[in-house]
Amino acid sequence: MSTLNSRIPEGPISEKWTNHKNHMKLVAPNNRPKIDVIVVGTGLAGASAAASLGEMGYNVKAFCFQDSPRRAHSIAAQGGINAAKNYQNDGDSIYRLFYDTIKGGDYRAREANVYRLAEVSGNIIDQCVAQGVPFAREYGGLLDNRSFGGTQVQRTFYAAGQTGQQLLLGAYSALSRQIGLGRVKMYHRHEMMDLVKVDGKARGIIARNLVTGELERHSAHAVVIASGGYGNVYFLSTNAMGSNVSAAWKVHKKGAHFANPCFVQIHPTCIPVHGTNQSKLTLMSESLRNSGRIWVPKKKEDAEAIREGRLKPTQIAEEDRDYFLERRYPAFGNLVPRDVASRAAKERCDEGFGIEANDTNEGVYLDFATEIRNKGRQSAFAQGDHNPTEEKIIALGKKWIEEKYGNLFQMYQKITDDNPYETPMKIYPAVHYTMGGVWVDYNLQSSIEGCFVTGEANFSDHGANRLGASALMQGLADGYFVLPYTISDYLANDIRTGKIATDSPEFEQAEAEVQASIERFLQNKGTKSVDHFHKRLGLIMWNKVGMARNEAGLKEAIEEIAALREEFYKDVFVPGDANEMNPELDKAMRVADFIELGQLMAVDALHRLESCGGHFREEYQDSEGETLRDDDNFKYVAAWEYQDGDAKKAALHKEALNYEFIKIAARNYK
Amino acid sequence: MASKFINITLKIWRQKNTNAKGGIETYSLANVSTDSSFLEMLDQLNEQLINEQKEPVAFDHDCREGICGMCSLYINGRAHGPETGTTTCQLHMRSFTDGDTIYVEPWRSRAFPIVKDLVVDRSAFDRIQQAGGFVSVNTSGRTMDANAIPIPKHDADKAFEAAACIGCGACVATCKNGSAMLFVGAKVSQYALLPQGKVEAQDRVINMVRQMDEEGFGNCTNTGACEVECPKGISLENIARMNREFLSASLTADK
Repeated sequence: MSTLNSRIPEGPISEKWTNHKNHMKLVAPNNRPKIDVIVVGTGLAGASAAASLGEMGYNVKAFCFQDSPRRAHSIAAQGGINAAKNYQNDGDSIYRLFYDTIKGGDYRAREANVYRLAEVSGNIIDQCVAQGVPFAREYGGLLDNRSFGGTQVQRTFYAAGQTGQQLLLGAYSALSRQIGLGRVKMYHRHEMMDLVKVDGKARGIIARNLVTGELERHSAHAVVIASGGYGNVYFLSTNAMGSNVSAAWKVHKKGAHFANPCFVQIHPTCIPVHGTNQSKLTLMSESLRNSGRIWVPKKKEDAEAIREGRLKPTQIAEEDRDYFLERRYPAFGNLVPRDVASRAAKERCDEGFGIEANDTNEGVYLDFATEIRNKGRQSAFAQGDHNPTEEKIIALGKKWIEEKYGNLFQMYQKITDDNPYETPMKIYPAVHYTMGGVWVDYNLQSSIEGCFVTGEANFSDHGANRLGASALMQGLADGYFVLPYTISDYLANDIRTGKIATDSPEFEQAEAEVQASIERFLQNKGTKSVDHFHKRLGLIMWNKVGMARNEAGLKEAIEEIAALREEFYKDVFVPGDANEMNPELDKAMRVADFIELGQLMAVDALHRLESCGGHFREEYQDSEGETLRDDDNFKYVAAWEYQDGDAKKAALHKEALNYEFIKIAARNYK
Repeated sequence: MASKFINITLKIWRQKNTNAKGGIETYSLANVSTDSSFLEMLDQLNEQLINEQKEPVAFDHDCREGICGMCSLYINGRAHGPETGTTTCQLHMRSFTDGDTIYVEPWRSRAFPIVKDLVVDRSAFDRIQQAGGFVSVNTSGRTMDANAIPIPKHDADKAFEAAACIGCGACVATCKNGSAMLFVGAKVSQYALLPQGKVEAQDRVINMVRQMDEEGFGNCTNTGACEVECPKGISLENIARMNREFLSASLTADK
């Protein structure tokens, strides 16, 4: 076991980043065209990095597996992006955003990184507006804000329920400009198959053209991994179907540590599971908790009657409803952080109050009736009608809701065939985001020299739980305002290196290994589909490494996944050829990595003998079911090193977390 | 909503690759839950094909929430199927009935060559964007404050409505001329409506329209099918605005 060097600069927290920037090495404009950088992934973190590096004058190659960089899953982010602008005059500041993020992460994030994130948050909004991102505005023409969980200010900027789409299209437009100018070469429908290391440094990748199946060697002076999170290890999640861990996992297998893999965010407001053929889950934005109230019936017989279709939620009287978040957490109410809200919903359903008529009865209501009445009355007054009729109030209230959340309500109705303007939404927690990821230092460099990791793919900013509207903030902060500086500091040593050859033994060997793993799948005479194994992995993960974990379950999970892995390699059937478009082959390669990662997640969850954020160990809770952290023994980042071709044998490295500028306390939202 | 199970017949376009000759194949699929999405139904078909050791049907899809724009499909002769304002991934099997025969084809347009089965190449859209679909502002921590220029809510809302385009290509696929005017019009409009985009508005519309023509998209004859089939309800107004911008730029630009 060793200690990790996080390379946090000296000095007061508010000066660290500025001082660090002032002392980093630069690459002169005339030298930048001599340097190649590879960026894997074109979501917010990747597209913003590729565009910015292209603007600076580096030669950039960007890769995405989708048919266009505009499809990356950042596009599906709904609610918004945080920034400490204090436009609403409600006492917000860089310090408060920093504090809320550290507290929200249950004191398991690195202080210096989070402060920097809060510090550059304002620049992101400025940059995006300058790019023509159409954020929501008030009638006076200025930007509008709303609230998100875990905060008591309004600092979230948004574009209806499509903020991720608008930010990603902004970054995509900047990237497109660089592609048009020839400074970024875009490889769409390409998947990174392996990282190539030369003399211990990241010097390129092996990529596969997903249309022709051809393997390609691409060299560079540095490689940026911006490939997103690993929520799809659960099979069912809110991630896109193609979202995968492979790029990050390949880097891990080549020597980069993987940090806090068990920190997974289970988002409270998703549409419940409908059946066994379900392929993914759909999020209903956290922004809805600004207006919606979460409840289940107070009486078990009412819950049962609802499940059996004998009662409708609108027939349950106000006094027979249990608004359990408002009851348990009066200070934050429905806007508690995601991990807290999810566990509270699970607790009610486990007790038999769930309202969904599926196999598990798991579902709670998100009700907009109160908000419709309140906003309807306000709208009527604003129109000069101080004595509005009931019908008018409801009609105006629905109109207000439609303007704020129209696309979400429409999406809900399409999926469930229920009208959420008339009856409360049914929701339940689902896997959404992964706080863990490749370990990086303050410069976003992994434990492999020259391999940088940004956005959700790294672990750095959200601790054990991410606050809403902070993923977009982190992706763009990393790509626009952090990486371009820190990578230049690294590349300054490479101005005399010259082009990296792709005919070296290292490239040769990496390509041969990829080729062999492809052949292995195609020649396997198995009988079951890739999805068959992926679904089974997902069930193990959800039941034993999900919202609540315990020692016995985790130990079982480790063994069950080991057995599943063996069966997978023995019995998986991958149709088709290597030299054509073959989505089943693509999936097989990804699921192989998910299986290994799943094991490591269970190992990590088993070793962390405390509950914090999204990691809830049933053995460690107080009398009211709240998480019990163990700061004496677990106030560290667990960074795992891959060993002996087996995730179970990973070696643990610890990065101690020192809170110099924040007083560490029990997280309290009551 | 009570879920039901239906049995259907599928007639699906199969094509090995861009240069191969394609054709319609027939498949029977039983026990499809009406709560399944259309793509989950195709997953079920592929699972069946794999279990028979046959090659599954290739189709594009990713987010399955109607926002990434990756899914496509001509279903019973309509882009994204029978519902309006809906992407294929948001179409559910409750829109079909037991015993239905469903035709599934790829987008068809000269500018969107077929890659395999139901997968087409829409990179022409990317190249149009690269020709001018941006504001030429570099990354900088020193742009002006986001609230320095107030933008009338009406303009911001209109720009947002145009920017809601997901780039799926239904407009092109459904247009008898294979025109991309709705897609390009939406992008031109988003920027033309915002002060940040006005600086380069003339060059932008000329460059984007030139690229659109080079890619082999057809012209607009005001049929309006694109607006009807657009899953995001992008308005024809955007085409009108682009035409005004283009005309004005052509008459007044320096070059």
